[in-house]
Amino acid sequence: MDFLYSVTADPVLQIVEDPVFFLQIILEGLMAGVMYSLVALGFCLIYKASGVFNFAQGVMMVLAVMCMVTVYDAGFGILLALLVAMVFMVGLSFAIERVVLRPMVNQPQIILFMATIGLAFFLEGFGEFIFGGSSQKIVPTEALHIGRDALLIPMFGSEIRLQQLDLTAGVCAALLVATLALFFQKTTVGRALRAVADDHQAALSVGIPLRSMWVIVWSVAGLVALVTGIMWGASSSVDFSLVLIAMKAFPVLILGGFTSVPGVIVGGLIIGVGEKVAELYWGDALGGSIEEWFAYVLALVFLMFRPQGLFGEKIIERV
Amino acid sequence: MAANGGALLKVKNVEVIYDHVILVLKGVSFDVPEGGIVALLGANGAGKTTTLKAISNLLRSERGDVTKGSIEYLGERVDQLSSNDLVKKGVIQVMEGRHCFEHLTVEENLLTGAYTRRDGRAEIYKDLELVYDYFPLLKDRRRSQAGYTSGGEQQMTALGRALMARPKMILLDEPSLGLAPQLVEEIFDIVRRLNEDEGVTFLLAEQNTNMALKYADYGYILENGRIVMDGEAATLRENEDVKEFYLGLSSGKRKSYRDVKHYRRRKRWLA
Ligand SMILES: Nc1ncnc2c1ncn2[C@@H]1O[C@H](COP(=O)(O)OP(=O)(O)O)[C@@H](O)[C@H]1O
Ligand SMILES: [Mg+2]
Repeated sequence: MDFLYSVTADPVLQIVEDPVFFLQIILEGLMAGVMYSLVALGFCLIYKASGVFNFAQGVMMVLAVMCMVTVYDAGFGILLALLVAMVFMVGLSFAIERVVLRPMVNQPQIILFMATIGLAFFLEGFGEFIFGGSSQKIVPTEALHIGRDALLIPMFGSEIRLQQLDLTAGVCAALLVATLALFFQKTTVGRALRAVADDHQAALSVGIPLRSMWVIVWSVAGLVALVTGIMWGASSSVDFSLVLIAMKAFPVLILGGFTSVPGVIVGGLIIGVGEKVAELYWGDALGGSIEEWFAYVLALVFLMFRPQGLFGEKIIERV
Repeated sequence: MAANGGALLKVKNVEVIYDHVILVLKGVSFDVPEGGIVALLGANGAGKTTTLKAISNLLRSERGDVTKGSIEYLGERVDQLSSNDLVKKGVIQVMEGRHCFEHLTVEENLLTGAYTRRDGRAEIYKDLELVYDYFPLLKDRRRSQAGYTSGGEQQMTALGRALMARPKMILLDEPSLGLAPQLVEEIFDIVRRLNEDEGVTFLLAEQNTNMALKYADYGYILENGRIVMDGEAATLRENEDVKEFYLGLSSGKRKSYRDVKHYRRRKRWLA
């Protein structure tokens, strides 16, 4: 009875007692969720356009931000550092298309997936070699105008804390998603990319060059990785252990659907909020550290009942 | 043009192998004259689609290879070009089973056809209106997702999408597949109008021999990866064997398949 009480009535009572604290938790969850969404977004873009589940996305994120920080630390300005990092990611996309994707075209998906696992390990070694793996790097937040303070928002006689860093991440994510949406919906290349995602053969048949499309989409994913890496890096420090964070993208993708940008956003937010709320209100009853496994269990439940995810593209069955 | 004997497309003794072992085309040769409608006929599995894909260079993505022979377009070898280059040169394929981009709207589908063009937005939108003139139905459905339109509308979308590339030549694979007879006729009428008014040359792969020979000028019959017969469409329509085996009309006495087999021994690539 005690247990039942502590998983049902007690959390509700706690929420009612201190609703502002509850709002605070939701807000923190949303902010964490935005970060998950950003990581998952890179996976989603590449998966949509080339059917490849890019295991190396997490490493690409770290490489991007490492490149940026290394250039900045070498005494160049922040703008130049950002520019170099972007060029680096685009160059990387060209190299990956040439060396990994092109020879493997027409291979079964699982082979391509294995290839990206290999790519992930190679890039990690490569990154440690050129950017130096041992020393931790710090994202220059002042230069990027990312505040480190917390904003206090008064609410019902109490107040809610909002980290400026989180706020920046949220705004960046929103801008990024809006830009991507415009790019995919309104430009010729974006439309071609959606066409490729729908039907490779048909895209080839109308003369859309698949190779350039892959370079473009990997570059876009690389730029998303740079933004994500900066945000994650700013909240801790930059080293290859950040790659582990990318693992959080998997449940987000399962929840949102591998091919849906809005799905990935919503999926990330749900997981972010879900794990914070679960930890704080159900943590004691269920033995703590729910945050560690909550996302994966939620993903598992989704796999059982809605395998295409919340917003996964419906397979149109009609001839 | 003289160097090419008046043919827009010359396929010479082409052999295609899938997966390095499956020999599917065993020396196929034919010509398509500029401004013509040429039909490539044959039963399911004869090799029509393979032939079209060999021309449009879509074989490679299906693990198929042209291992012998040559394909010339406007007197120039094109077998090593990418499909992107070929579309730029004016040859585009409409694939069997339409292959519309399901999640794109009808209009977006049409616009993807113009991907290789560099003559500017105004010209492209002018051609969009032209496509809508030929297919008024598509104009009503322009904002619908292609995946939710009917088979006929999808065939029109696929054909319209190819037109948006401003092609000299369209390789049209089984447009009649799965469509009601009246719709088939409608589509073929449009093919004829495009041929006459826009000067588009067609290479048409069809199992529907009857329909295809009504609209084509010339026909080649493909059996097991070889061309076994060819002729003016009108002549083919009157041919006894064609009547019996492809048009389903029998002239009374039942012939054995062996009697027509001698066609196979004719080596068309000497032509
Ligand atoms: N990708 C492929 N791999 C192996 N064999 C194939 C492939 N595509 C077609 N074939 C074979 O080639 C033959 C001709 O097929 P196809 O060109 O599609 O004929 P058609 O279009 O006349 O029906 C068939 O026997 C078919 O099984
Ligand atoms: Mg076919």
